[in-house]
Amino acid sequence: MRNKIKNFMVVVKDVPKGGPLFYGWVGFLLLIIALGVYAYSLQMRNGFIVTAVRDHVSWGFYISNFTFLVGVAAAAVLLIVPAYVYHFQPIKEIVFMGETMAISAITMCIMFVTADLGHPERIWHLLPGPGKPNFPGSLLTWDVLVLNGYLIVNATVFFYILYKIYEGKDYHKIMPLIILSIPLAVSIHTVTAFLYNGLVARPFWNASILAPRFLASAFCSGPALMILVIQIVRKVTKVDINNDAIFKIAELIAYTIGINIFLLGCEIYKEFYSGSIHLAPLKYMYFGLHGHNALVPWMWASFALNIAAFAIFIIPKFRDNINTLSAGCVFIFVGVYIEKGVGLVIPGFIPETLGDIYEYMPSKVEIMVALGIWAVGALVYTILLKFALPVYKGNLRLNSPK
Amino acid sequence: MEIENKNKTREKKIGRRDFLKTMTVAASAAAVGGCSVSSSDIAEFIQKHFTEMDKDELKAAIKRLEEKYKKKYGKEFTIKGTAPIDKTFFGYALDLSRCIGCRRCVYGCVSENNQSRDPQIHWITVLKMEKTKGVNLEESTRYYDPEKVPEKGFFYMPVQCQQCERPPCTKVCPVQATWKEPDGIVVVDYNWCIGCRYCMAACPYGARHFNLAEPSIPNEEINTNTHYLGNRPRPKGVVEKCTFCIQRTREGRYPACVEVCPVGARKFGNLLDPESEVRLCIEYKRVFRLKEDLNTRPQFFYFFSGV
Repeated sequence: MRNKIKNFMVVVKDVPKGGPLFYGWVGFLLLIIALGVYAYSLQMRNGFIVTAVRDHVSWGFYISNFTFLVGVAAAAVLLIVPAYVYHFQPIKEIVFMGETMAISAITMCIMFVTADLGHPERIWHLLPGPGKPNFPGSLLTWDVLVLNGYLIVNATVFFYILYKIYEGKDYHKIMPLIILSIPLAVSIHTVTAFLYNGLVARPFWNASILAPRFLASAFCSGPALMILVIQIVRKVTKVDINNDAIFKIAELIAYTIGINIFLLGCEIYKEFYSGSIHLAPLKYMYFGLHGHNALVPWMWASFALNIAAFAIFIIPKFRDNINTLSAGCVFIFVGVYIEKGVGLVIPGFIPETLGDIYEYMPSKVEIMVALGIWAVGALVYTILLKFALPVYKGNLRLNSPK
Repeated sequence: MEIENKNKTREKKIGRRDFLKTMTVAASAAAVGGCSVSSSDIAEFIQKHFTEMDKDELKAAIKRLEEKYKKKYGKEFTIKGTAPIDKTFFGYALDLSRCIGCRRCVYGCVSENNQSRDPQIHWITVLKMEKTKGVNLEESTRYYDPEKVPEKGFFYMPVQCQQCERPPCTKVCPVQATWKEPDGIVVVDYNWCIGCRYCMAACPYGARHFNLAEPSIPNEEINTNTHYLGNRPRPKGVVEKCTFCIQRTREGRYPACVEVCPVGARKFGNLLDPESEVRLCIEYKRVFRLKEDLNTRPQFFYFFSGV
């Protein structure tokens, strides 16, 4: 057994080896990470005063990114269902790319939430035993649970399958865990939506449509990023990925964008037709409120991107063309990034509970920290792929001469 | 470190003790590496939740804080841990007819409760409202600065923590760093709060405030008579709020805002005592509570006494 693991670790040695493109990419990521660490140190030393977060808008860019990335972590499940439930071979071959994306996205999620804490060193207060977790009372403790659960399940599945393929053996023993990851993926979105949903103080979030909208938008942005990443990986590593896989994912996205836009329409109708004071946040987003309109261009950009992406994804001619499809993926990814990030978190606080308005725009420090965390995610993804590809490409096996 | 040694003689959950020991070792290692971490920092780091400390541990925690404050402000502090009074459930009543919007309560509160001057934190917000619009938060403003108050055509509504019977803020705290005491006061353990600000998102009354930076209070203005769960100076990165002046009211005194109000608009007392001022207000005036539809059941009542 020990020998096997030792053999397996041979692949680890190859991880840091690569061409100039690889070194350039990793160097670039490390530079961004270093800047992020520096910005975070400013925040630690001086407090949140260096961010744009204030009492009125008490969550900002970090929590926005966290919320969006929970959605990206869904990418895995839209691959797992066709791969393991419907046994669609082209996707089965790339399902590990979804799992690695889930692992990287959840890593970023955990980092974003941690960056948002005033006292990250007290994080042990969350642990049962030495700490005092408010479970099941606080949805945040639920989120800690499901996010870590999803991370562990995906990491286990990923490494187990990789090892079994390397051994040349059947890996289907882990099927129950793979199946478990499907409801878990739904649960991370639902719990994250409920985190906002249960707050009576914030009518914008206190709407039953929130969790369904979370799921719908998550199943747009995650798979769209997947399609883009597949193409990059295909170009850079010369690994053979079937176009059928890409087009199958694209078909799924066509449905989810449609549902997402429909749900947005439901919300807009209800708020504008009834016209109660709860309309204020939506009005702020799309038209501005009392002369405050910082989010307006962003929200309309997001709206336009979503519609454009929808057009591309439902018209077969565009969906089946890899260039227009890629453009559609970029559109929907950016569209949902605005909608489910800043567009979800900030309007919840506007107007604040006593009617005042503070317009939030992330500070330089917040942007640098956020970029740093994204770079960590990209680095994790790169390393995991670098680790997995030799096995998946089929040139690294237990019994192979190497 | 001292606390750790004391603990050894006591029956405690093994898991917790081992964990804390590991943390002590880790923190000590960090101390050796960083040099700027003192043993009292480590003791503070591994300190327990307020409700789980025994008498000795609380004493040690208070001593640490008093030393820290002395270093920072050059003054001797008294930090009390006064327990709730039996058969007491505090309530507040505010007469909107009398309030003139002078904001003396705001600044009285700031100096009594050691709020940071820069960045500025106010536990009380006074809203200016148009008489023709009634109590309408969306149309109100907190920004007014006339020569004289009250201004013609307006009335004023001070808002602070409503000490809800069903507080949405304590429900969401992931680490139980904030809770409702038996006497109805919602408190925060500033040494347990992780600064996630979920409670601020949950509060419908804008009553919770975050220490964006190390609070700054002029040495000569600091109030050294404090309560552990109330007005002791806070560290940066934690949430704070009105505690009905827990350091005063648990000793039978009025909150500072009641005392300072020049028009007697503020009434305070024990809701369980039918003869208390607050109960008399409820009995003889018609009261309402802010955002009644949210079912948070504030222990803070508003009323109009007359013209």
